[in-house]
Amino acid sequence: MSRRAPLLVALVAFLLPLLWIEPRTYLTLTVAGLAMGMLIFLVASGLTLIFGLMDVLNFAHGALFSWGAYAGFTAAVLLNQRWGWAAAPSVAANVLLLIVALAAAAAVTVALGILVERVIVRPVYGQHLFQILITLGATIVLEELIRIVWGPNDQVVPVPATFQGSWDIADIVVLKIPVLAIVLGAAVYGGMLLLLNRTRVGLIVRAGVENNEMVQVMGHNIYRYFTGVFAAGSALAGAGGLMWALFSQSVRPAMGGEQLIFAFIVVIIGGLGSVTGSLVGALLVGLSYNYVAFLVPKAAIGVTMGLMVLILLFRPAGLYGTAR
Amino acid sequence: MTDLLEVEDVHTYIGQHHILQGVSLRIRPDAVTVLLGRNGAGKTTTMRTIMGVLHPRRGAVRFDGRPIHALPPFAVARLGIGYVPEGQGIFATLTVEENLRVATLADSAESRERLRRIVELFPDLDRFRHARAGTLSGGQKQMLSIARAFVNPTRLLLIDEPSKGLAPIVVEHLVEALRAMKRHSTVVLVEQNFAMASALADEYYLIDDGRTVHAGAMAALVADHALKQKYLGL
Repeated sequence: MSRRAPLLVALVAFLLPLLWIEPRTYLTLTVAGLAMGMLIFLVASGLTLIFGLMDVLNFAHGALFSWGAYAGFTAAVLLNQRWGWAAAPSVAANVLLLIVALAAAAAVTVALGILVERVIVRPVYGQHLFQILITLGATIVLEELIRIVWGPNDQVVPVPATFQGSWDIADIVVLKIPVLAIVLGAAVYGGMLLLLNRTRVGLIVRAGVENNEMVQVMGHNIYRYFTGVFAAGSALAGAGGLMWALFSQSVRPAMGGEQLIFAFIVVIIGGLGSVTGSLVGALLVGLSYNYVAFLVPKAAIGVTMGLMVLILLFRPAGLYGTAR
Repeated sequence: MTDLLEVEDVHTYIGQHHILQGVSLRIRPDAVTVLLGRNGAGKTTTMRTIMGVLHPRRGAVRFDGRPIHALPPFAVARLGIGYVPEGQGIFATLTVEENLRVATLADSAESRERLRRIVELFPDLDRFRHARAGTLSGGQKQMLSIARAFVNPTRLLLIDEPSKGLAPIVVEHLVEALRAMKRHSTVVLVEQNFAMASALADEYYLIDDGRTVHAGAMAALVADHALKQKYLGL
């Protein structure tokens, strides 16, 4: 099959619901679906590189998502209490708050990610069963730590005034936070492609995703690269967590676990190790989830599973995966 | 003259299996040494043990007198040992040029000169510079794999079954190229194709059931029909 086939499938899936949904509702659902897809992409893209490069199943990725959400939430609350940056009508203060919150989310998850890689993952390279068990264990610990530090209940996230509400474009309601998520996701995707395709580190990571032993016998210390990829993937999970917190306007200790399931499905749909596969897969999942949730609410969760089964039937290695 | 590489009574396990049960090699500098033996005798495992991909449970590997058997693969490679694995190990989704760039550890005048020299031997690598390596023919993939090992100033090249699956005319081309390369580097070759082995090698080691059982000058083995019959079925 040609390399364009996945895009064609995506396009059909994208337009098919127009048969049952009136165009205006369709566009609103599409924006929501794209936003959800981009948020899943942030989580899945890190996961796919971690899995693709070192064959590590990292179930702690979801906990890092939650930690990113809480770290960003805390930064936003503090800044809002001290200077009122979220409530202020000033666009500059609102944007600055968002940037500081994103930086806090990334910084905390990078530190945690490096810790998890060094202490938890490194001793179990090459042993999938142990990886699942110990990273699930780490997830429980990290989640309980959230409950200790921030309490077990849902908390409301202060959304900066600039990003609240919606735009009304020709009678189509477009929420602002989803648009922000789409822009951020697109920027991350562009940045990752640049990094992977235009830098030497990216070149070595791509080679390592394909054959990590060969990269090592060529004289590259793959473990150093892997720590970097793990840290970057964690930062993306953290940023995704914060965006999700803004999107749903709340944080919960278990929020990461639900996203992790979506992310794993997306990694499998897209093909292990492929960033573009993650993007296409995440958008497919995000869009189909929203369309189906509107048409047949009860089938919404099932549809992502169905999508995965369907794609794997035709492409066992995923949309952009190469058989290993 | 001291040996460039010395493998001393090495025992290597893969999982529970005792694959190497006493392999010893002494690789003379500036020579081509070929490892011969039946399928499953332990030739590839010997190469992987030298590279540090597998670590021996007993015995020692010394490069230039220095023990290297506890080093990770990347550290072994950085000592100046190039490795062309069985099945080539090329990065199929990367272009030919990118494959060579991953392989080049330090961009120096010497590595550029080596690249120029290898492209002269394998002009296809230049012609298909921007092609994905996965689209190359078997022979071209092998050339790329050898070129990748050669671009760094390596002192020792380990080449595992370069002729496997290649057409005779391509094998001839490879023999010529390897002849040219052996002037710049010591070579250890695993090779099933006896004609190719005898055309290139100065010395041989026979490995059988995970042990080195014979060694000597290649010319002597070519003449010794009984030995060839016993271990190689020739």
